[in-house]
Amino acid sequence: MDALVEQFFNLEIMAKALPLVLKGLGITLLICAVVIPLGLAGGLLAALGSVSRNRALRWISIGFVDVFRALPPLVLLIFIYAGLPFAGLSLSPFVAVIIGFFLNNSAYFAEILRAGLLSVPKGQIEAARSTGLGRAQTLIWVTLPQAVRNVLPDLLSNVVEVVKLTSLASVVSLGEMLHAAGLVRSITYNASPLVLAAGLYLVLLWPLIRVIGRFERRITH
Amino acid sequence: MMLSPDLPGASSGVALSIENLHKSFGTEPVLKGLDLAVGRSEMVFVLGPSGSGKSTMLRCCNRLEEPDSGEIFIEGDRLTGPGVDLNKIRQRIGMVFQSFNLYPHLNALGNVTLALRQVQKMPRAQAEAAGLDALDRVGLSARARHYPAQLSGGQQQRVAIARALALKPSVMLFDEPTSALDPELVGDVLDVMRDMKAQGMTMLVVSHEMKFARDAADRVIFMDHGRIVETGPPEQIFGNPQEDRTRAFLSRFHG
Ligand SMILES: Nc1ncnc2c1ncn2[C@@H]1O[C@H](COP(=O)(O)OP(=O)(O)OP(=O)(O)O)[C@@H](O)[C@H]1O
Ligand SMILES: [Mg+2]
Repeated sequence: MDALVEQFFNLEIMAKALPLVLKGLGITLLICAVVIPLGLAGGLLAALGSVSRNRALRWISIGFVDVFRALPPLVLLIFIYAGLPFAGLSLSPFVAVIIGFFLNNSAYFAEILRAGLLSVPKGQIEAARSTGLGRAQTLIWVTLPQAVRNVLPDLLSNVVEVVKLTSLASVVSLGEMLHAAGLVRSITYNASPLVLAAGLYLVLLWPLIRVIGRFERRITH
Repeated sequence: MMLSPDLPGASSGVALSIENLHKSFGTEPVLKGLDLAVGRSEMVFVLGPSGSGKSTMLRCCNRLEEPDSGEIFIEGDRLTGPGVDLNKIRQRIGMVFQSFNLYPHLNALGNVTLALRQVQKMPRAQAEAAGLDALDRVGLSARARHYPAQLSGGQQQRVAIARALALKPSVMLFDEPTSALDPELVGDVLDVMRDMKAQGMTMLVVSHEMKFARDAADRVIFMDHGRIVETGPPEQIFGNPQEDRTRAFLSRFHG
């Protein structure tokens, strides 16, 4: 029992690991702060393209979404970081992570937003257009607010997935939280830093997951 | 300005004019050369069996549906053809839908002021004053902050009417405005329409409210298979229809 506590809940080691793990947390949050808005923007563009009346645009958007939903993000990330240099394109770990996650996330956000856009009745658009709103105005003031509201739990779930996804950045030695914790573990031969990191993920994500649960209950009732 | 002296309301001009309107969906012709002139302040009622093209005609009048050929004028200004500023001209044509189509994420005032703010670029205070004024005209200024889900069907439809009225249109189009309402709520909406007529609004109304048509309409049109079969004052259409098809259609309503 003591050995277990010693191996997983060693407070002394956790205290030592804390500064580095918190620095990692900072990088995790930075990745999220960049990738989530970018992914939402890319996802919105792809979603709009996928419901466009222009056939070419529709096919390109749907192709983009399919490809990047099918590609495992780890494969994508390693390809960008370790594969592209063979084509003469060397990227820093941070940039590689941002590009990889942006592509992956845009595809997921696009699929969610597309469902949201399709959930808005056509009559809403007709009402808006009949009062003189243009296409873009109708999208901004009528369609999009309803679309987002209808898929809010899914959007938030995807945000949770993004936060979890950031741990993959450790494979390209970007010092985010998991990488930092792993580093201290390998120095101390003790798993407590990993438990610390897991605890911080939990603290970070649990409120969000609660909120999503509340939304989903409200929708089913 | 086109004036046709044999039209009711023609003394004050034509508000809406449809000339030789054709529209097909795929290979199925739905409107087969429709001509109609609605005089200023005139209320024209459109009757006809399901699928006769009533909604399609209305929807062509603000180009929610694109006509294949023919021309439509609103107070003499051409609405059809290329180079028309649709978003501008649509503000002169109010449209009321069977299913209300209120924006559920905005309250009544938000519904009414959206186009004022975004299209007419009115400052907020001015738009809200105009919005409240429009809501007042349909008897709902006290419900300005209610969301559509908090309003009855009849109230929702009156907000939808206010949304169109706020833009001060020259013509109002109604597509079965009371068909989705519980019977006890129909009267409120019809009363609002009666008030609008009294205030001189030009109205083209597709509806099965025969009693209302008899009381309030200046003219009744009977449509079938994409054509106007008969047109005349309500006394004639309901009392002494000239065409067999009109008579057959109406007999189903008299029971
Ligand atoms: N968007 C569309 N695509 C294909 N066909 C359509 C479309 N809209 C209408 N139609 C067809 O055009 C014909 C006329 O429809 P319309 O809605 O104008 O009739 P209506 O007189 O309003 O009928 P109702 O009394 O049932 O509302 C119908 O046969 C209908 O199926
Ligand atoms: Mg119809």
